[in-house]
Amino acid sequence: MIAILEKFKKKINDVGEVSIFAISSLKLLFTQPYRYTEVVKHMEFIGNQSVGIISLTSVFTGLALSFQIYLGFKLVNAVNLVGPTVALGITRELGPVLTGLIVAARAGGAMAARLGTMRVNEQMDALDVMGVNTKQYLIAPRIIAAVVCMPLLTGLFDFMAMLGSWFLCTKIVGLDSAIFFEKIRQTVDFHHINEGLFKSAIFGFLFAVICTYQGYHTKGGAKGVGEATNNGVVMSMVGIIIIDYFLMNLIRVAYIFMGIQK
Amino acid sequence: MSDYAIDITDLKKTFDGKEFVLKGIDLKIPKGSLTAIIGFSGTGKSVMLKHILGLFKPTSGTVRILGTDLSTMDDNELTKFRCNYGVLFQSAALFDDMTVLENVCFPLEEHRRTLQKNQIIQIAQTKLKMVGLDPKHFNKLPSEISGGMQKRTGLARALALDPGIIIYDEPTTGLDPILTEMVDDLILQTHKLNQGTTSVMVSHDLSAAFRIADFIVMLDAGKVLLAGTAQDFFKSDIELVQRFVTKGMKHQ
Repeated sequence: MIAILEKFKKKINDVGEVSIFAISSLKLLFTQPYRYTEVVKHMEFIGNQSVGIISLTSVFTGLALSFQIYLGFKLVNAVNLVGPTVALGITRELGPVLTGLIVAARAGGAMAARLGTMRVNEQMDALDVMGVNTKQYLIAPRIIAAVVCMPLLTGLFDFMAMLGSWFLCTKIVGLDSAIFFEKIRQTVDFHHINEGLFKSAIFGFLFAVICTYQGYHTKGGAKGVGEATNNGVVMSMVGIIIIDYFLMNLIRVAYIFMGIQK
Repeated sequence: MSDYAIDITDLKKTFDGKEFVLKGIDLKIPKGSLTAIIGFSGTGKSVMLKHILGLFKPTSGTVRILGTDLSTMDDNELTKFRCNYGVLFQSAALFDDMTVLENVCFPLEEHRRTLQKNQIIQIAQTKLKMVGLDPKHFNKLPSEISGGMQKRTGLARALALDPGIIIYDEPTTGLDPILTEMVDDLILQTHKLNQGTTSVMVSHDLSAAFRIADFIVMLDAGKVLLAGTAQDFFKSDIELVQRFVTKGMKHQ
């Protein structure tokens, strides 16, 4: 029992340490010298270079999800509701969560590995003794870039997944295109899309902080880099799925306060 | 103004509050000298070096660099103060996503913000030529040049800001004898070319320490065992010094 309590205490300490790490890094972004070119460089890596993989996976997610929902709704004679059901599922849940998981694996893993390698190869020590603040130069731009890029990538995921859904519904199973769009228009509101985009920004912050923290504190040689990358990706993925549930409930509560009943 | 570039008084360091890694180091390194710090592994050389660089805070004692007590500085002041150092790391620690020239330009871009881009490039090229690197390698990535060239680039980068103190952290560890001699000569030549600069070399390489250093410091168990010239070491009757000198010279 004591051992379990100790482990729990350590986890709480870890969360505290990661939070302090993130806050201290982000504060530095607004002090001179400004690192905006670094932010743009990392946005290119996290955002631009993820466009291909996000487009591809989202189209197939839309296709598969639509087909499964179609099969179910056909039993109750409600196939016209496939479009809005897919749209709600994609924009509110699957879009942000799957984008978060994919980008955490791709960009988050790369962040942890890159920073870990810089740590073990003394490149971070070199920056320190050159009078360059490593958190300001290496960490803050990555976190900001992830927070900015994730909603953009989620928007792309939503669009491409709905394109896949439209293709399946209208071209494969033969539903009417006009009804498909009209039902979506009647059901899906902007706040559904915004909900997903908001969650994705939180997921971006989460994986960027976890992966940069793991990479920044890498110990040992190649083994340490491997462990940091593995820990970063696994913790980010698990974190995204767990946080998603709590965010979902938080947003429901916020809707009640805002008088939104959907 | 102090005559010492590095003035360490009764420096003690413990990480766990029980065992002391440094047990009261007193060391004065004169300005403009080339000093070698030697000792067996685990005697506290690297920990002392990190105190000199301000990367560790002393448990007790003071570290004065160029007359300034590092313990009175906050993190931001320390970051700015580190422009006074140039460090050549054991692995050269070049940024692998930058070319040779970009690596040397980097500290100038960070700390000489009033300079134009072409002025920065000109200074970087001068430093690279000073350490004997052929211009045909300037636009190569570190992975595309040899270990010796990487050391030269690392040294050029360390010299970029014309630092008051240059630190060589085990610069020849793991290198073959020819490359070792080349690096030693490079250190000596650099020291002579940069009059007034204080050079500190942490090394296991005894022959190099005796050949090029003005002043040698031997650490043992977190304390200074002997500090003096090469002659002082050869004449010393301290058993550990004799053993280190005899075995070290025989080995090399």
